[in-house]
Amino acid sequence: MNFKGIINLSLIGLKTNKTRSALTMLGIIIGIGAVIVIMSVGAGAQSLILDQVQKVGTNLIGIMPGAPSEEGPPATAFGITVTTLKYEDGLAVAREVPEISAAASFVRGIETVSWQNQKKDTTFVGTTASYIEVEDTEVELGHFFSEQEEKSVIRVAALGYQLAQELFGQADPIGQKVKIRRESFEVIGVMKERGSVGFESVDDQIFIPLKTAQKLLLGINHVSVIRAKVKDNENIDAIIPAVKQIIRDRHGIRNSSEDDFDVRNQAEALAMLTTITNALNYFLAAMAAISLIVGGIGIMNIMYVTVSERYQEIGLRKAVGAKKNNLLSQFLIEAIIVTLLGGIIGIIGGALVSGSVALGANYLGYNWAFIITPFSIIIAVSVAAAIGLIFGYFPARKAAKLDPITALRYE
Amino acid sequence: MASKNLIKIQKLYKEFVADEVITKVLFDINLVIDRGEFVAIMGPSGSGKSTLMHILGFLDRPSTGQYFFKDQETSEFNDDKLADIRNKEIGFVFQTYYLLQKTTILENVKLPLVYSGSKESEAKAKQALKAVGLEHRLKYFSNQLSGGEKQRAAIARALVNNPEIIFADEPTGNLDSKSGAQVMKILEKLNQEGKTIILVTHEQDTANHAKRILNIRDGKIIDDYKVNNRSTSENGVLIK
Repeated sequence: MNFKGIINLSLIGLKTNKTRSALTMLGIIIGIGAVIVIMSVGAGAQSLILDQVQKVGTNLIGIMPGAPSEEGPPATAFGITVTTLKYEDGLAVAREVPEISAAASFVRGIETVSWQNQKKDTTFVGTTASYIEVEDTEVELGHFFSEQEEKSVIRVAALGYQLAQELFGQADPIGQKVKIRRESFEVIGVMKERGSVGFESVDDQIFIPLKTAQKLLLGINHVSVIRAKVKDNENIDAIIPAVKQIIRDRHGIRNSSEDDFDVRNQAEALAMLTTITNALNYFLAAMAAISLIVGGIGIMNIMYVTVSERYQEIGLRKAVGAKKNNLLSQFLIEAIIVTLLGGIIGIIGGALVSGSVALGANYLGYNWAFIITPFSIIIAVSVAAAIGLIFGYFPARKAAKLDPITALRYE
Repeated sequence: MASKNLIKIQKLYKEFVADEVITKVLFDINLVIDRGEFVAIMGPSGSGKSTLMHILGFLDRPSTGQYFFKDQETSEFNDDKLADIRNKEIGFVFQTYYLLQKTTILENVKLPLVYSGSKESEAKAKQALKAVGLEHRLKYFSNQLSGGEKQRAAIARALVNNPEIIFADEPTGNLDSKSGAQVMKILEKLNQEGKTIILVTHEQDTANHAKRILNIRDGKIIDDYKVNNRSTSENGVLIK
């Protein structure tokens, strides 16, 4: 008995029942396709998330108001307003920690920005002159406000790149007056295009001096976050205690357990997000694996039916000299061909779907990587073959064990 | 030197057990078949003639008794050994042909060669098809053939491994008289070329082609005789 002959027999067996073979394959196609899509889309989403965080900068530390909590997000994430963090805290951190090159304070709100009859609801960001250095960005046109300007309630604004386009079109915005709510601001600069950072588009925001935003638009005295840029990424963990101590001193706190602020490190957030997205990916892959098992059981079911329907054929094969092993391998190979072929189609289909998702996401402006690792393909193919082997074995064994005359006479 | 006995059966019994009901099919069969014989096993349906053929052809095993095949006692042979004998020493022709559907005649005929691992299977299969006059039907599918052609293809399949014996179970049962006559003529020719033919039939006309007739009734051989002037048979089926 030659192997080529058995493969040929298996192929004939499959061709004889094209529809059934195709339907059997469908379960595997969907299962493997789902695995590929999930692994690829998972990897793409992960790359997007990490890219967004990295764009914010891993050499940043964030100082947030509210007591620190080890496990969860900061209190401000739940919409709780804590008013303890001040502009001067940021200044002190920048001044007193030598490893910190700059610190920017932020407040923000949403308002309608208008110029002539153009209107746009958008986020206004009150910040300090150090924003440019901390966020590692540039102005495209004009200039950003100075340290002098940030301390006074002066009505100047720098527009995000996209906002400038939307309001002014081809016109030169520099020197023009835009309105935020009913307050008039002179446009002094247009920011360079940055895309999406930390899941928000900074290109459609409007930047104004911190004090102006606090007094004129928000009527507050605190800041919502301070971001500080570290000169050297390596000793970021060593700097955090120093930063904390400075703010503690300023807030008159003696014991760290009474902290009314929290200092977080962007690299930490990155690591946390990586862990979360990995866990999500594994979870999704497990779901896909379940669909593969269902597909495998489908194969076993149909192989049993196939064996029952082909009793006479099995009887004939035995009559002309097929041994148990010949029939076992024929039916096993049939199952493996179905699963492997289904696996390959599933991989191609999954790659197409993942590719479309990546294309769509990129079209929407996200930096979404189309990732199909050789690992996921190896996994998919070996899982498909294993399913064929495992779920094909029992029906194949049934065929091999049949008594020749019982099989031949089966009606 | 090999003895002229090809098949020797002693005190063979066969019974089937289904749902604790025992059905006795063959009783005390004693039989010797020599190389080159053309034997017809005759009997009405239910007489046990097919069961006897299945046992002789190693498709089934006797309940008790001894079966010597080429002077070897076969009761200890395992399934694979029996499969090997079926593959190399025996060819089967069945009433309902048992050709694989949606498979070409050539592929059907090659089937036994696949299991013997034979080389040049294509050439051998073509030769066997030529021997039954189907060389022009190689690429046809089994469902595109007439009944007579199907049976001739089945004979080609039985022949392809050049076996010593051909078992034919009601080979003309599904055929019109002309096709039946063609099939019988081929079997006669094979016998003349030295093959042992064992034919199961309930039709006297068909049995008349044989050189020896065994009559079975109720699981026993009641008659066993030689036919001498076969070619002068009176029936119309014979082609001279």
